[in-house]
Amino acid sequence: MARAHAPARKALTTALAWTAGLLIFFPILWTVLTSFKTEAEAIADPPLFLFFDWTLENYAVVQERSDYMRFLWNSTIIAGGSTLLGVLIAVPAAWSMAFVPSKRTKDILLWMLSTKMLPAVGVLYPIYLIFIELGLLDTRVGLTVVVMLINLPIIVWMLYTYFREIPGEILEAARMDGADLRSEILHVLAPMALPGIASTVLLNVILAWNEAFWTLNLTAVDAAPLTAFIASYSSPEGLFFAKLSAASTMAIAPILILGWFSQKQLVRGLTFGAVK
Amino acid sequence: MATRHSRAAARMMMAPAVVLLLGWMLVPLTMTLWFSFRRYLPMRGGDLGWAGFDNYVRFVTSSTFWPSIQATLIIVGGVLVVTVVLGVLLALLLDQPLWGQGIVRILVIAPFFVMPTVSALVWKNMFMDPVNGLFAHLWRFFGAEPVAWMSEASLQSIIMIVSWQWLPFATLILLTAIQSLDREQLEAAEMDGAGPLSRFAHIILPHLSRAVTVVILIQTIFLLSVFAEIFVTTQGSFGTRTLTYLIYQRVLESQNVGLGSAGGVYAIILANIVAIFLMRIVGKNLDA
Repeated sequence: MARAHAPARKALTTALAWTAGLLIFFPILWTVLTSFKTEAEAIADPPLFLFFDWTLENYAVVQERSDYMRFLWNSTIIAGGSTLLGVLIAVPAAWSMAFVPSKRTKDILLWMLSTKMLPAVGVLYPIYLIFIELGLLDTRVGLTVVVMLINLPIIVWMLYTYFREIPGEILEAARMDGADLRSEILHVLAPMALPGIASTVLLNVILAWNEAFWTLNLTAVDAAPLTAFIASYSSPEGLFFAKLSAASTMAIAPILILGWFSQKQLVRGLTFGAVK
Repeated sequence: MATRHSRAAARMMMAPAVVLLLGWMLVPLTMTLWFSFRRYLPMRGGDLGWAGFDNYVRFVTSSTFWPSIQATLIIVGGVLVVTVVLGVLLALLLDQPLWGQGIVRILVIAPFFVMPTVSALVWKNMFMDPVNGLFAHLWRFFGAEPVAWMSEASLQSIIMIVSWQWLPFATLILLTAIQSLDREQLEAAEMDGAGPLSRFAHIILPHLSRAVTVVILIQTIFLLSVFAEIFVTTQGSFGTRTLTYLIYQRVLESQNVGLGSAGGVYAIILANIVAIFLMRIVGKNLDA
């Protein structure tokens, strides 16, 4: 019975799903479209969808007004640096927990996860104070370290769940053949672990890029990344929708593209392996 | 398979991560705990000595405390309801055979990659602005009076913005869970004459219960500390001052560190209560 109606049903679900998808995506689409309008067109009623005078002026104005490249550079350094540092620290830890588990491995993993649950605002002042004392306030180094630390538990967990899927027998076989620890890691483990590490890197770059508590509270000018760049548009000044849109598009475009590549890893990374 | 030698090596390899996280947790936590028992006003004389439980009592008895708890609960609860209900529906829809599934998935997941400051400002201005926002255009088109969203419906607005950000997360996890459902079981139920509703209630929903729990717990932890969305929209006015925002204001804006730290300890306890439940589920999964 169901088969006879299959094409009609598929057409209906397709229509429904596309409607839902476009509705959800609409704010992003609207932002991108508005970024190419003039300020007057941006607030036109009825709204203009495609038939307006496309212009790149807003992008030029935003770049001129607030030096987008500097914020982009800071975001790149902080997201890239914190991920790289985090992976360097997490790979050995995850490796040892996955392949040389002890009775305490599970407790350590859960404890690491629990540090992620610490509400940031609860330790805001101490970190602020430490940053002042060490001269780290508004520096890329300080922010890179903090963002690395808040994401470290996720990095360890993701790597751990990937490493655990590598069969231990392969390692034993390599050992039987006389491979030492170094060549075991380099020639056996690394090729198998690379996809997992790559997905971990991808997801954590995204999380670090969008981190908006510490980046807003610990930076002012020099180290401010794109999250802070956008926040400077929070006090409206005349007509500014088109410029806001251009700034927003520039802030989200790089990571949106990365994100679409990493959607499969998202589930595993953000549920700490609880849903696969 | 592990020799004593490899165990020692394993401990060495774990050490950097463990030491760093231990420091990251213990040092600031100890400081917060210490400050919470001090009269500490950096702009007005600095550390003015021991305060006992004064800060804890004052934080809870201040007129801003209960409204902040209320705002927090409404925002967290509202977002959870919206994302879980819509997430289940969307996941069911995306699980059906349809044309262009990959593209629809990409469209649905996109908001998750938008940084909080961007999504809050785009919604606040381009959609919710009472004069020039799209909603205002839409309302006027239907002859209705435009709503001043951020002041008249501030909590609903924040819920809408944050739900938009988290719906992809809920949908993706629930979709992953639905796809792991045993198809034969569904077909067998259909053969036995179970309608779509009863199949949903008796097979799909119980199967999803674990994923729903995980979604609720993980989102709760993140939602309890929603900050940027309020920071760039209402700045805590119009009843949107959540516990997180209240503590932020006490600590950094009014520089009453003692009082704010006591609030911080309350927030940490609250988050830990949620965390314990999540850890149980994750812990069980580790054994499997």
